[in-house]
Amino acid sequence: MNEPNMLGASLARSGVSRRSFLKFCTAMASLMALPPSAAYAMVDALNRAQRQSVIWLSFQECTGCVESLTRSFDPTLEQMIFEMISLDYQHTLQAASGEAAESAREQAMKASYGKYLLIVDGSIPTKDGGVYSTVAGISNYDMLVETAKGAAAIVAVGTCSAYGGIPHANPNPTGAVAVSDIIKDKPIMNVPGCPPIPSVIAGVLAYFVTYGKLPELDHIGRPKVFFADTIHDRCYRRPFYDQGKFAKTFDDEGARNGWCLYELGCKGPTTYNACATIKWNGGVSFPIESGHGCLGCSEPNFWDKGSFYKPLPVPLADNAPAITAAAVGGIAVGTVAAVISRKHQSDISKEK
Amino acid sequence: MDLLQFARGPALTWAFVIFAFGMTWRLAGILLLKRRPDYSEPRNAVSWPGAIKLIVTRSWPRREFVHRTAFGQTLGYIFHIGLAIVVFGFAPHILFFKGMTGLSWPSLPNAAIYLSGAITVGALIAVLGRRLTHPVLRLLSNFDDYFSWFVTFTPVVTGMLAVAHLGARYETLLAIHILSVALLLVWFPFGKLMHATLVFVSRGSTGALFERKGASI
Repeated sequence: MNEPNMLGASLARSGVSRRSFLKFCTAMASLMALPPSAAYAMVDALNRAQRQSVIWLSFQECTGCVESLTRSFDPTLEQMIFEMISLDYQHTLQAASGEAAESAREQAMKASYGKYLLIVDGSIPTKDGGVYSTVAGISNYDMLVETAKGAAAIVAVGTCSAYGGIPHANPNPTGAVAVSDIIKDKPIMNVPGCPPIPSVIAGVLAYFVTYGKLPELDHIGRPKVFFADTIHDRCYRRPFYDQGKFAKTFDDEGARNGWCLYELGCKGPTTYNACATIKWNGGVSFPIESGHGCLGCSEPNFWDKGSFYKPLPVPLADNAPAITAAAVGGIAVGTVAAVISRKHQSDISKEK
Repeated sequence: MDLLQFARGPALTWAFVIFAFGMTWRLAGILLLKRRPDYSEPRNAVSWPGAIKLIVTRSWPRREFVHRTAFGQTLGYIFHIGLAIVVFGFAPHILFFKGMTGLSWPSLPNAAIYLSGAITVGALIAVLGRRLTHPVLRLLSNFDDYFSWFVTFTPVVTGMLAVAHLGARYETLLAIHILSVALLLVWFPFGKLMHATLVFVSRGSTGALFERKGASI
């Protein structure tokens, strides 16, 4: 039987049935492409696990990532996450404020030093001593460095904390950087997206609680189970791309027929995320299914990669002035060369 | 700035600048050269029909030499046509041209492009093999020949690898593909690839001269 302070007991007390719990574990194992036996291992591990202490720091952000998680379509998912973890500090969600709130963070750090999971959303301003974003008079930089010291691992949720995101966009007035630009001695997992898919956040949390480590990551720190494929490769409109059928405008016949949005600037071919498979709002749809191209929001510097509506093959810069100037220069040099050559020809003719 | 941004941004801009400068420099330098005066009586009043006729006739093997030139010319036609289909028929390439010029045309299905690309790669490899094994061709070949082959071959192969996602991540392959196109553009005006324009200048000049002299074309 479950010990009273174990996660299983905690869930049972909260009215989460074993059936719901099994469904959650199976769904999470399936989402992460784990073998079928992993679902049972997850059930067993989560049942016996202590609730994972989590400190969630929000820095330069829009709260979209927290909204994504807490306003997720599936209330069970939200409930599962907050029953599975002990969210000891999250200044948007917690009831406490002021000194009481900061005290909660310090107590959680002290109680679970070296064991707690640190979740960060939002980028960290570094310009001018980091004055552009502070919490309780502490700069984001100082709070991150202090809190990261006792963390077992860090999860950077959202593109801002993973890669700098929109605050990092040119001209980056606050000197915004990602968590991984500051913290170098802790395992960091990036769960980018603007915002990330709620199921992805839940999946990686379940994995960490079950296995006590982060899942396998790609070269920019994203869990491979969710970020191994491009949106384009998993897109239901892909056959239209292969057939050469493209929507030319957002309201033409091609758009009404659901043809590929590549010509309208879709960044699906260069964007790695699980939107096309897991989808949003309980699997209802994702941006492309709603008729808009992918913005590439889970990729670094997505805001600075040219217009969202400029197709991928089109050069980023307007090259016409440079090409015209080069052509004029080429004609001038060619003309001078021809004049010199003509002069030589005339000189040779005179000598003859 | 990642590799793809570099390729789509500064690399392409500089490649276009060098290409435009080189093309106009070489064409202006050649077209403005002084022509030797021809004092003979012209046999035909206008010479441009001869220019067009020779451009066409020299594109086809002479019957007398067909058994010796057929293989090379067939390979040449295959990869030139294949390249044209891939470059001008693939939807992303048409978007590239549309972004540059505003001009657009219908694309071909990807399957047709992939098939054409594969045939082109095969023909280009055969062309290189012929150049390396043919005793006379090998003697005549220099760095320009091999490098021009390389900058033609690389965009086709990298493009096919990109669509097949083979060897690296798609965005890396796409960046390499664009960079290989940038290299092609940079080399184009200064190497033997310039034949794409000069072939019409040289054949046209010869044809016009023949027409004026009344020679058989």
